Amino acid sequence: MAETITIEVARYRPEEEGEPALQSYEVPLNKDWVVLDALNHIKDHVDGSLSFRWSCRMGVCGSCGMTVNGEPKLTCATFLSHYAPGPIRVEPLKNFPVVRDLVIEMTDFLEKLQSVKPWIVRKDDPAPAKGEFLQTPEQLDEFKQFSMCINCMICYAACPVYGLDPQFVGPAAIALAQRYNLDSRDQGEQERLDVLSQHEGIWGCTFVGECTEVCPKNVDPAGAIQQYKLAATKDWFKSFLMPWSKQ
Amino acid sequence: MPSHDVLLVGGGGAGLRAAIAVSEVDPNLSVAVVSKVYPMRSHTVSAEGGSAAVIKEGDSLDEHAYDTISGGDWMCDQDAVELFVNEAPGEMLQLEHWGCPWSREPDGRVAVRPFGGMKKERTWFAADKTGFHMLHALFQTSLKYRSIARYDEWFVTRLLVEDGRVQGVVAIELMTGKIQAITAKSVILCTGGCGKVFPFTTNANIKNGDGMALAYRAGVPLKDMEFVQYHPTGLPFTGILITEASRAEGGFLLNKDGYRYLQDYDLGTPQPKPVLRSMELGPRDRLSQAFMKELDKGRTLEGPYGPYVHLDLTHLGKKIIDTKLPFVRELCLKYENIDPVSELIPVRPVVHYMMGGVHTDIQGATPLGGLFAAGEAACVSINGANRLGSNSLTELLVFGARAGQAAAEHALQDKPVSAGIEAQAADEKKRLEREFLHKSGGTEPIAGLRGEMQSIMEKSAGIYRTGTLLEEAQAKVAELKERFRQVAIQDHSHTFNTELTAALELSYMLDVAEAVVECALHRTESRGAHQRIDFPQRDDEGFLAHSLVSHRPDDRPKVEYLPVTITRWPPGERVYGRAAAPAPPG
Repeated sequence: MAETITIEVARYRPEEEGEPALQSYEVPLNKDWVVLDALNHIKDHVDGSLSFRWSCRMGVCGSCGMTVNGEPKLTCATFLSHYAPGPIRVEPLKNFPVVRDLVIEMTDFLEKLQSVKPWIVRKDDPAPAKGEFLQTPEQLDEFKQFSMCINCMICYAACPVYGLDPQFVGPAAIALAQRYNLDSRDQGEQERLDVLSQHEGIWGCTFVGECTEVCPKNVDPAGAIQQYKLAATKDWFKSFLMPWSKQ
Repeated sequence: MPSHDVLLVGGGGAGLRAAIAVSEVDPNLSVAVVSKVYPMRSHTVSAEGGSAAVIKEGDSLDEHAYDTISGGDWMCDQDAVELFVNEAPGEMLQLEHWGCPWSREPDGRVAVRPFGGMKKERTWFAADKTGFHMLHALFQTSLKYRSIARYDEWFVTRLLVEDGRVQGVVAIELMTGKIQAITAKSVILCTGGCGKVFPFTTNANIKNGDGMALAYRAGVPLKDMEFVQYHPTGLPFTGILITEASRAEGGFLLNKDGYRYLQDYDLGTPQPKPVLRSMELGPRDRLSQAFMKELDKGRTLEGPYGPYVHLDLTHLGKKIIDTKLPFVRELCLKYENIDPVSELIPVRPVVHYMMGGVHTDIQGATPLGGLFAAGEAACVSINGANRLGSNSLTELLVFGARAGQAAAEHALQDKPVSAGIEAQAADEKKRLEREFLHKSGGTEPIAGLRGEMQSIMEKSAGIYRTGTLLEEAQAKVAELKERFRQVAIQDHSHTFNTELTAALELSYMLDVAEAVVECALHRTESRGAHQRIDFPQRDDEGFLAHSLVSHRPDDRPKVEYLPVTITRWPPGERVYGRAAAPAPPG
């Protein structure tokens, strides 16, 4: 008999149960298996009703974020052996409503993302046929890190501010706003500042940097928020002292 | 019933490009993107190496066309290839204007890298996360178009067809389980490929050939389904792709003796630096076939997950790896506990891409009125018998845009929804309840049927095939389809029922498997990715033609042939690593 490990999974079927409860399963402790493989083993061979999201299994689609032993993780990049001898507890990401089992409701993020205008804003609109916008490797490096966000929601699950105030735009959306602000091809910084300034939530960010700590792609949302606060403060002073400077 | 002008099934690269194209034709047209996952989860996200388009001096559209056509073993429609290479640079520049973070030259111009089967450097890249950046740039850009409505996490179960035209879909809203008809004047299938029909694939869990099966069931033929691409370098066990860019940057493929074995298979002579259209930069079909021959000779290594060879990047140095191939390093460290800076990467061929797909013309139109397809789900065909690396990302832009424009034009001819559509939608709801949601007592577990399908496909429809094995697969797939009627569904709930979607996906894959096997059995020649041990030669007399396979209820599928369109490049020998390559005309 091969070695096994106990995995405790938060189950919640809203049509049947009032609240989530843990259910234990024994799964093979295969050294090559990630937590997601264990969940698939359960779904395929033990209980087909277990629901969770997953797709690429290579840490780039952002679907499979869950809470593993209390920490938000991409389950396709989290090995079972790391937790041996177990048990491993798998729960949905914190700070989000739970739809079912390990599936969270994340439409809130999609609305916030859209609100920060995550696209290139240009005052002019040169035809692509005229050629590419020039951008040196150094200019690319200015924003590249913030463009690596896979929208996995792990930073929101770790963010104490978002936990208390769901109105907070949140780490990933601010990082993506900064991604465009810092892109040499973009001219929309002011528009985004106006959007971000409308809500106070950002000032509640205590710079504990949980978001940066947990980010599986090293995006550093805390750094983006820091930069944004600085820009917003400058913008405020500018509009206060030199109201004519704003268009 | 919600109603739209144009409805996209799938929100990956092709779907989003098409959605934007519709909005740009006419911002008053209402567009719906219906996708079983949030768009940024789509499998475009996993593409790594790059996207091809002629941009540099010294390159030409004709050379890109010739590389594509010879790479496809002359199965590509040359009119399609010509317009593809012609429109590719414009589409890539458009994406640059939409913010895609392309890697750059020191002077700020877009950088290009070599790629397999390409005679010139023309592959644009965003380090080695090109698909990820393209998808996110497209998705984020799509957010600025008010006319694009999204149905995120809606699973399409059927096309609504009446009066000889498609008029919408039936879909399940996963969050609630609601089964809903959504009508539209034009529908574009952008659901991507079907790698999960096989056990070992780079493809994501969601790649089940949904759109191919939806079209097939609606009577639309699938084209060239026997042409399944094995990528030569996947990580054993996970099947995670190690991009061709790692060879383009100078990586070597080594057998167990540390020997660059590709030199034994008419792919050129080893050089210290990469040589275009030679050795490790040969086409994927030839490289995957070379692996199988090494295996026969006993010159591969053996691991817990089967035979493998080594990809050696150690001589590239840390700097090149970290700037050009950071994701490769991340994946190797994470999943194999190997650092490619100092260690060899174990790799083996892995199912990667479907050259075939829903039969379309160069506008993306299928034979069914109002139905279009683009991206990997479609077969135009620019990929022929073997796709060149870095043509597929470009394809989803060029043909996503074309399909979007054509679908928009079609939607502008205002045709009312037929009276029978509502009844059809009600029938589909009843079918889903009868066959799945209300069904009990099924005896066939989903995972069991899926596993049997995958293993017969690997055994019979893999890199090398024979008539005998394909006949075995034909019988087996028919048996599995029959047994699927007894599929076991334990979960009868409405909220995010992923057992239901897994069952529906399996039914799609069984249809796709049937189409693959049928086409492979009928094509008694060897061409590109379709290699028949019992018919080892290419047969231009008999088979310079696309397979069109049509579903027939209660009968074997029908296979017919459509001649390949040849414009300027008559069929010739595929030459790699030798000087004898004929120059392209003009």
